[in-house]
Amino acid sequence: MKSKQNTLFQGDQVKEALKHAFVKLDPRVLVRNPVMFTVEIGTVVMLIVTIFSFTNNSQGSFGYNFTIFLVLLLTVLFANFAEAIAEARGKAQAESLRKTREETPARLLVDGKESSVMSSSLRKGDIFLCEAGDTIPTDGEIIEGIATIDESAITGESAPVIREAGGDKSSVTGGTKVLSDRIKVMVTTQPGESFLDKMIALVEGASRQKTPNEIALTILLAGFTLIFVIVCVTLKPFGDYANTPITIAAFISLFVCLIPTTIGGLLSAIGIAGMDRALRANVITKSGKAVETAGDLDTLLLDKTGTITIGNRKATHFWPVDGVKENEFIKACVLSSLADETPEGKSIVELAEHGIGKLTVKVPDGATFIKFTAETRSSGLDTPDGLRVRKGAFDAIRNMVLKAGNPFPDSVETRVKTVASNGGTPLVVSQNEKVLGVIELQDIIKTGIYERFERLRKMGVKTVMVTGDNPLTAKFIADKAGVDDFIAEAKPEDKMNYIKKEQQGGKLVAMMGDGTNDAPALAQADVGVAMNSGTQAAKEAGNMVDLDNDPTKLIEIVEIGKQLLMTRGTLTTFSIANDVAKYFAIVPALFMVSIPSLKALNIMDLHSPQSAILSAVIFNAIIIPLLIPLALRGVEYKPIGASALLRRNLLIYGFGGILVPFIGIKLIDLLVALFI
Amino acid sequence: MNTELLGVIFTYLLTLAIAIVLGKHIARVFKGEKNWLDFMSPVERFIFRFSGIDTKREMNWKQHLYALLTINSIWLIYAFVCLISQAHLPLNPDGNPNQTPDLAFNTAISFLTNTNMQDYSGESLATYFTQHFVFMFLHFASAATGIAALLVVFRALKDKVTDKLGNFWDYFVKSITRILLPISFVIAVILAFNGMPTSYKGKDTVIGMQGDTVHVSRGPVAAMVAIKHLGTNGGGWFGANSAHPLENPNYLTNTTELVAQLIIPIALVFALGFYLNKKKFSYVIYGVMTVGTLLFLLPTIAAEVQGNPAIAKLGVSQTTGAMEGKEVRFGPLNTAYWCIMTTVTSTGSTNSMHDSAMPISGAMMMMGMMVNAFYGGCGVGFLNFYIFIIIAVFISGLMVGRTPEFFGRKIEAREMKIASLIALLHPFIILVGTALSSYVLVHFPNANWSVKPSAWLNNPGYHGFSEMLYQYSSAAANNGSGFAGLTANNLFWNISTGIVMILGRFLPIIGPVAIAGILANKKFVPESAGTLKSDTSTFGIMIYAVIIIIAALAFFPALALGPIAEHFSLK
Repeated sequence: MKSKQNTLFQGDQVKEALKHAFVKLDPRVLVRNPVMFTVEIGTVVMLIVTIFSFTNNSQGSFGYNFTIFLVLLLTVLFANFAEAIAEARGKAQAESLRKTREETPARLLVDGKESSVMSSSLRKGDIFLCEAGDTIPTDGEIIEGIATIDESAITGESAPVIREAGGDKSSVTGGTKVLSDRIKVMVTTQPGESFLDKMIALVEGASRQKTPNEIALTILLAGFTLIFVIVCVTLKPFGDYANTPITIAAFISLFVCLIPTTIGGLLSAIGIAGMDRALRANVITKSGKAVETAGDLDTLLLDKTGTITIGNRKATHFWPVDGVKENEFIKACVLSSLADETPEGKSIVELAEHGIGKLTVKVPDGATFIKFTAETRSSGLDTPDGLRVRKGAFDAIRNMVLKAGNPFPDSVETRVKTVASNGGTPLVVSQNEKVLGVIELQDIIKTGIYERFERLRKMGVKTVMVTGDNPLTAKFIADKAGVDDFIAEAKPEDKMNYIKKEQQGGKLVAMMGDGTNDAPALAQADVGVAMNSGTQAAKEAGNMVDLDNDPTKLIEIVEIGKQLLMTRGTLTTFSIANDVAKYFAIVPALFMVSIPSLKALNIMDLHSPQSAILSAVIFNAIIIPLLIPLALRGVEYKPIGASALLRRNLLIYGFGGILVPFIGIKLIDLLVALFI
Repeated sequence: MNTELLGVIFTYLLTLAIAIVLGKHIARVFKGEKNWLDFMSPVERFIFRFSGIDTKREMNWKQHLYALLTINSIWLIYAFVCLISQAHLPLNPDGNPNQTPDLAFNTAISFLTNTNMQDYSGESLATYFTQHFVFMFLHFASAATGIAALLVVFRALKDKVTDKLGNFWDYFVKSITRILLPISFVIAVILAFNGMPTSYKGKDTVIGMQGDTVHVSRGPVAAMVAIKHLGTNGGGWFGANSAHPLENPNYLTNTTELVAQLIIPIALVFALGFYLNKKKFSYVIYGVMTVGTLLFLLPTIAAEVQGNPAIAKLGVSQTTGAMEGKEVRFGPLNTAYWCIMTTVTSTGSTNSMHDSAMPISGAMMMMGMMVNAFYGGCGVGFLNFYIFIIIAVFISGLMVGRTPEFFGRKIEAREMKIASLIALLHPFIILVGTALSSYVLVHFPNANWSVKPSAWLNNPGYHGFSEMLYQYSSAAANNGSGFAGLTANNLFWNISTGIVMILGRFLPIIGPVAIAGILANKKFVPESAGTLKSDTSTFGIMIYAVIIIIAALAFFPALALGPIAEHFSLK
């Protein structure tokens, strides 16, 4: 699934898109796109003129009219093809996800009795059983048991994950494989109603709605189209006044060239491609609007653990008390952690063996491990020869030491404070109730995360870290990682309140979450991304689901949203800028014969009026398929500040949009001239 | 030529200096801060008390428009009734007759809409009463209407999330008492002391050198000429407008009139900056307007100073440039400057025959009116510009990957619908009007009308087409200048341009006010690094591109058949 398709056009997709390009000629479908609909009307008129010109030459030769008709028909077909290929790609992407959950046998449990049924017959509320080696037949929630699951079919991640009943990791996805243990799962979706099914419906267009932004742009394009209706209609009496007969073919060509067909033809393809790009990033969006909103986000709420820092804290330093040898201290540290299965404990052993200490400590014979309890808040081990090693929180160890009548050195207390203010977590180690030193645990900030936040800041997106740490630690990590703000000692309702506060200030907020208690905040956020591993409630509440469970995904989503808007904007500019050159091709062609002085406007030195008009419409048609790759891939987003970005895009698509058609039309004219 | 150029540069710099000071003053007036015209406040209080206006009652955008449209309707009826009965009204020393209903229809609309397209001649078809109490009154009222509408937009940009946009009557009255009236007074005094008539005695009689008797029309001209320019109206006392020696006696009056017609449009742009505390934004707008104007001005100056190639072909040297239709006391360069300034603003007063200008100059003047947003009319210039800003913001917002927003408000479908319609309207009324007249001319040249369509145009061919195109551009832009070659005082032209003027005036007021009102009521989005700043030169280029592309795309074919064809056929 991770394998990105590098080729834009695949054989079978192209074939399907070609078929759909013709199906979409149906005016009832096309009327949704006012620009292309008017081109279709023009095509029909040209068809009538072509038939008429078979017997009567007053509107130009049959061949000329027929060619114009063909080119116009191609223009509409190209636009339809653009939409169809975008749909085909999105569908293919979704289908390949869906394939993983094709018909598999399911072990349905009814009143405790097991029976084998096909996965497609499972209904919401049914309960099925899965054991090691089984493929999970459909999406559901574990109601009993715990299991390791291979989710690589969905996420591409090979390391198995643990899913268990209750809590926030209870969701299983159809198509994934149980590796160990046995779970009872309740079906959470009706067949055909899973997120993937919804997404496929969106891509196919059945339930695709225009986004607010797309509607506003369509209105602007309709406005431009109307201006050119007026320009072309009024040209008839103007031509009469100037004793210049203008053929219907010339009128329609001028009109079709002037209206923004390039963006009109690619508009829906751009929207679909946006959703498709999200899907390629393994994010299922529930609406096109969510992707668009992502581009506007002002604030991102990110969980510290997993997003900003790597999983858990790690030991980074051993600080022995004065008078204690470092080696001795490290040995004690290892002894205290040998039985500690927590990641922190393991990291202490690791640091001692491979890091600073380079020493290996074996478990002494007959040692008894002392487990961590909430009461003692320390752990360690006792050996038969009377050695008692303990490791624990500062105050727990201090109490123990003082109780035994031993002194607690001030230097330890100072060290503990320094470590805490550096964002670390101090653990104090004692041996036989005497303090040996302090272990420093630190959060490890992901490499490259600082740069990513920097990039977000340049995009104008504020990042907020959410953590359960105390404010001091939180501030340290926030500064180090480069986030703009943090919520320390966060409770679920804190997230909600923060989102509401930001929204009241007019900002758009995104967050990622997985737990049921995240659901209200996910629903409140403008873009709520639920992890696929999260609970059903979380997934229902958000408007996107991340199949990879990757918290940094939000950053990608913002860029996808921006790309979507930018692609629309730049192609609109390009489309309208093209008109300048088209005018210089067609206007002299219209009047050159009756007003020879207007030859001066034929700055491209086109061969003849007919070749000029043909070249302009041909250029107008072929620019659509030429731009399909750009529409599907999207215009590259660079976080260089809005004004610089505008300058860059204005130069490329505005200035380029004026220049390119001059060259293109001239080249086509050279070719066309060979045949006329 | 050098002194001519220096004169023009000096005139512009003087205009700019006055406009900046005036802009600051306007902002103070409408922010309610102390200003040196506070002594007018008893007058204002009297007006408000007399009219039963409570200026504290703030209006939303709909109430503003309701107030604006009702009072304008009343003025329209008032003006129409006066004009068709002027012969019987007092102050008619020359015994001029009533206007015909179609002429009165055109004239009333023309003055109401700040157009002042004069299908009549002031000497013979207006009385001192109508000149005073209809024309001059509407000169003030239409200019103040434009300023008041603009202030609604200013106010909407200023406050966060509000539908309270001030009081229309307050804006309207103060526009007159604090801006138009005092400045007009100063200008009128300057003009009167330079020989412009200020008399109620009716025609004077002069016996010429050859012994023939000449009747010279007079009147209180200076007062009217002052507000005619200051309010970007352009409707003059005499038929020949500011080319008439009594309406523009010398270079000093010429300069005064030039300065007067430009200061308010420019001052309002600076006023925006002072009012919102966004000076940089107003510099960008001023920059775009100025560059736009310069790009019309330079080709015009070049064409006029070079002279007519057709005359050059005859072997006639034109050391003074193209002088046909121009006043010797002003010269071609100064006249070119006037031509462009009077067409980029909505003044439309003339100090030469625009019909005689070079084809390129004609094209530039028409472009000025087709764009109608470089400086533009009193208040309405910026309103038109605002529509282009909205479109530019929308496209450029998309180009930087963010839902477009302007001053913290998102621009969505409803605003785009209004902006597109208004942007569409201007080409629509100009092109459809010209198409209609072309159609009638071609298909019914000998229709049995008082003036046959075939007799409309003084010139055949491209130039004749330019005359029609110019007339509708002038009507739609509420400019009012004429290409003059057209016989416009007849039913067809009076009615058709009348309709064009009404549409071209009020819809472009309603649209921007509505957009501003809707936006003001929207959620405010604070700026971030991803927000496109509207006060940068990049954004200025974007606005300029949008304006020129829309105007060029809409009018290129029409211009090609008129002035462009004429230009190339001269060579």
